[in-house]
Amino acid sequence: MATLRLEIVTPEAKIYSEDVDMVTLPCVEGEMGIYPMHVPLMTQVLSGEVTARRGGADYHLAVGEGFVEISADRVAIMTDMAIKSDDIDEAKAEEARKRAEVRLQEKLSDEEAASVTAALAHSLAQLHVKRRNRR
Amino acid sequence: MPSTRDIRRRIKSIKNTAQITKAMQMVASSKMRKAQLSALAGRPYAALMNDVLAAVSAGAGDFSHPLMEVRPLKKRAVVLITTDKGLCGALNSNLLREAGRFDKDTTVYVCAGRKGAQFVSRVKRNLAAEFTYKDSPLFSEARAISRFVQKLFLDGEVDNVEVIYTNFINTLIQKPEVRRLLPIREIQAVEAGVSGEGGGTMLRKSDVEYLFEPDAGAVLGNMLPHYLNFLVYQFLLEAKASEHSARMVAMKNATDNAKQIIKDLTLEYNKLRQANITKELLEITTAQMAMG
Repeated sequence: MATLRLEIVTPEAKIYSEDVDMVTLPCVEGEMGIYPMHVPLMTQVLSGEVTARRGGADYHLAVGEGFVEISADRVAIMTDMAIKSDDIDEAKAEEARKRAEVRLQEKLSDEEAASVTAALAHSLAQLHVKRRNRR
Repeated sequence: MPSTRDIRRRIKSIKNTAQITKAMQMVASSKMRKAQLSALAGRPYAALMNDVLAAVSAGAGDFSHPLMEVRPLKKRAVVLITTDKGLCGALNSNLLREAGRFDKDTTVYVCAGRKGAQFVSRVKRNLAAEFTYKDSPLFSEARAISRFVQKLFLDGEVDNVEVIYTNFINTLIQKPEVRRLLPIREIQAVEAGVSGEGGGTMLRKSDVEYLFEPDAGAVLGNMLPHYLNFLVYQFLLEAKASEHSARMVAMKNATDNAKQIIKDLTLEYNKLRQANITKELLEITTAQMAMG
């Protein structure tokens, strides 16, 4: 059976690069499931959960906002943040979420608010992935 | 004429200096390697960004975006990327010389690194913001800077944004460079830092026809801020690599100089010591001859 190569890169490192059977992505137009031989497509990724299915097992990653390039045998995601669900430190993410929420209550300049919102989205995505996969 | 004791004291103090500069040289060289590695780590991202940019700019056709708007130049912002600490040779003074060329009344400065901010307040120019960045720059730090200048530009407070940074060519050569950030004239390929050539190569055209969701224009529009963030991130990486290699070279020179001085002083010390011994011997023999 054909496989897809899923690549997730951030400016700081290449986070993930494996052959998988199927990928689920949060996109601007809604959740997308990509199988091999997909038509070439480019779109934006929202912060949330990426699921990769490989040999019947699901692997979860939390990603930040970014872009994705899909071709017949490749899904390449570039994003600000990506973290495997096993590597997510729930306590840390929770703390980051609280900190970001507190910061949002304060009076912030626009660019500060933007970065805090981004941080909040990142930690929410991480928490979401972590919690869902425990159940 | 200094006594032997004075010379000994000087040799000791210079030895201490040499030890410190040697240690700093080691630290700088290991940090430089780290900076180069983190630039390499960004390479897959850069490659992917090039692919996506090539595809969307081909797909978007005639496209305009607020970030590409060319306005008559009334006010400009200069992003000045300097180091936090000194002791890195002429790196900062070269940068600041470039920074001083801009017209005083129409320029606001956005500084990354303490040296730049100190310069701007010393010459009493307009400082819009000061950012910091760590020894291994984080993408979020670059994003903060990039967002800030984008906002200045979009609000119409400035009509042009330039970046002054040090381009890392090799360990011995770092060149201060001025690059335009905004408005975006043409989208150039991003080259993952510490390259030497300074980027700006042509985009590779892809031969695959892509679909776009929602459409190419929208994707490109959302892409541009990310493109700028990544450019700024690369400037930071280049600046850091330059800083560490400049410091390494400066400290190596300092160590070499200290060693040379120690050598000269030791020679002088030995000469003086011998002269003293000879003098004493002479005194003893003359005394003996006078007695006898």
